[in-house]
Amino acid sequence: MSNIADPVGAEARRRRGPVADFFYRLVREKPLGLLGAVIIVLFVLVSIFADQLAPDPEQRQDVTRSRQPPSAQHLLGTDHTGRDFLSRNIYGARLSLLVGFAATTVAVLVATAVGGLSGFVGGRLDIITQRFVDAWLAFPGLLLLMTVMSILGTGMLQVIIVLGMVSGIGSSRVIRGAVIGVKENAYFQAAQAVGSPTWRTVLRHVLPNVLAPIIIIFSITIGGVIITEASLSFLGFGLPLSVPSWGGLLSREGRRYMRVAPWLAMWPGIFLTIVVYSFNMFGDAVRDLLDPRLRGGVGRMGAHGGKALRKAVRTRSSRS
Amino acid sequence: MRTYVIRRLLLFIPTLFILSALVFFSVRLLPGDYIDILLSDPQFVGTGVDRERLSEMLGLDVPTHVAYVRWVSGILLRGTLGQSLQRDLAPVEAKILARVPVTLELGAAALLIGLVIALPVGIYSAVRQDTLGDYVGRSVAIFGLATPNFWLGLMVLIFPGIWWGWVPPLRLYPFSEDPLAHIGIFLIPGLILGTYLSAATMRMTRTMMLEVLRQDYVRTAWAKGLRERLVVVRHAMKNALIPVVTLIGLQLPILVGGSVIIETLFNLPGLGSLLVQSLAIRDYPMVSGINLFFATFILVNNLLIDLLYGYLDPRIRYQ
Repeated sequence: MSNIADPVGAEARRRRGPVADFFYRLVREKPLGLLGAVIIVLFVLVSIFADQLAPDPEQRQDVTRSRQPPSAQHLLGTDHTGRDFLSRNIYGARLSLLVGFAATTVAVLVATAVGGLSGFVGGRLDIITQRFVDAWLAFPGLLLLMTVMSILGTGMLQVIIVLGMVSGIGSSRVIRGAVIGVKENAYFQAAQAVGSPTWRTVLRHVLPNVLAPIIIIFSITIGGVIITEASLSFLGFGLPLSVPSWGGLLSREGRRYMRVAPWLAMWPGIFLTIVVYSFNMFGDAVRDLLDPRLRGGVGRMGAHGGKALRKAVRTRSSRS
Repeated sequence: MRTYVIRRLLLFIPTLFILSALVFFSVRLLPGDYIDILLSDPQFVGTGVDRERLSEMLGLDVPTHVAYVRWVSGILLRGTLGQSLQRDLAPVEAKILARVPVTLELGAAALLIGLVIALPVGIYSAVRQDTLGDYVGRSVAIFGLATPNFWLGLMVLIFPGIWWGWVPPLRLYPFSEDPLAHIGIFLIPGLILGTYLSAATMRMTRTMMLEVLRQDYVRTAWAKGLRERLVVVRHAMKNALIPVVTLIGLQLPILVGGSVIIETLFNLPGLGSLLVQSLAIRDYPMVSGINLFFATFILVNNLLIDLLYGYLDPRIRYQ
């Protein structure tokens, strides 16, 4: 990790631009994060081309081949109505990823709106909002989700919105902290002093500087969101019964026929674990690469001198 | 310390009220025909409750804020959470209290097992940083975080049965009848929940240990020629474990969520499975009662942990 304090490395980094630099460092420094990213891309491709890849159409039933164990014809066996289980799981990937990405997007928007407002305005609004966030954090998300979903009824849109809200308010505190941190910087105070309008200050000075935490929240939230959706569907409060989400597959086919057809309970869980593992690894890598405290030598870190730099090196070597 | 305690207590009360409002209003999104659905439900027919009485029990006869005040004053003045909408119309608090011990036992087993796994592995991982053992420990922890616990539970229910003809016990014996069988039933569910919790605790323990092991006073301890065990246990561990205490508090909501799933899967008659059953028959007074119970439990725990933290780490008190 000698390139942290190395001004030549910093120069090369600036030349590459932030996005290219991120991938360059992902490949060079974070093998596990890269592996996660590759697996995610694979699953995303599988979900996009589900119609082409799945051996069978989504709902094709054939009771003559009910609950067959895995074979060359049906790699993952068939379920009780004779549907090809590999096809079911491929469509399950599409649902899990779709709900995961959409709900996490909602979560990030909610977190940015709530946390940003609370941190930027400050004062009484901040105190009151934070009491709400306190209460929210103390409440088990799964319970709230189950309660609200049982009232709203199962459905994809409900899951996305409710899951996004519940998770977003929880992570709003990170954005709030980042915004408060920005407000303490000289460039922010300078902008205020020259009378920059609020919208301009927010767009030019606050948002670009909280972009890193926003991306980090997205990448470390999505794995948990996917697991939570699966748990909800498993308990019967998530996606409707007609839809083959991984959690739902485990709950219905998996649980009901677990003794006679154990493969039905096995595969959706394995896919879930692989996807969530990949998102977590990738999320960890994103956090390590983007966390400003770890960005040694350039930008804000330089101003704080050697002590902060040493800390960055220490934190870096203690992670990953 | 006293101002710190007072400040924490003052913050606790408004948070509790907000939480009770959150719990109460979350079931207020009820669809308009809810009472019709309930009255035609065979489960409910024969309780002798008519439409008027039912809307009163649900607080639907008055505006929402009035119903909320009535609910809270019922709790504060008469210690009642209302009546369950099940056939017996039993008081909600009685049903909750009957179920608490099972959930508490499960939670305690999970926390204990989690710590027993997490602390030694985390400390070892930090002391032997970047060795094979460190990598193995961390990889297992990260995998543990990615594995859905309901799936792990399913696997435990299925495969030992197929391979060795062994199925985890699913019948709960009262402690007085058969203490060993009673404790035994919590072992597998506790292990599944505990391994999940241990992943985060292990990572936190490792990070904190690494932080502390680089401190000057630890180097001094090494330089003095103290034995490794003494340096690690007496000097490093004590300070490294303080933030881990907070983490355990933060895990309570996860533990509660996990207990809902695990209790359902393993047929444990605890609060979590009661919640799932109550939601299935749309018994919302019961749902609100359970949610409030869990929320209050977590809030009180957070308060205690904050106070403990202030006691363990004097710097916190003076912020």
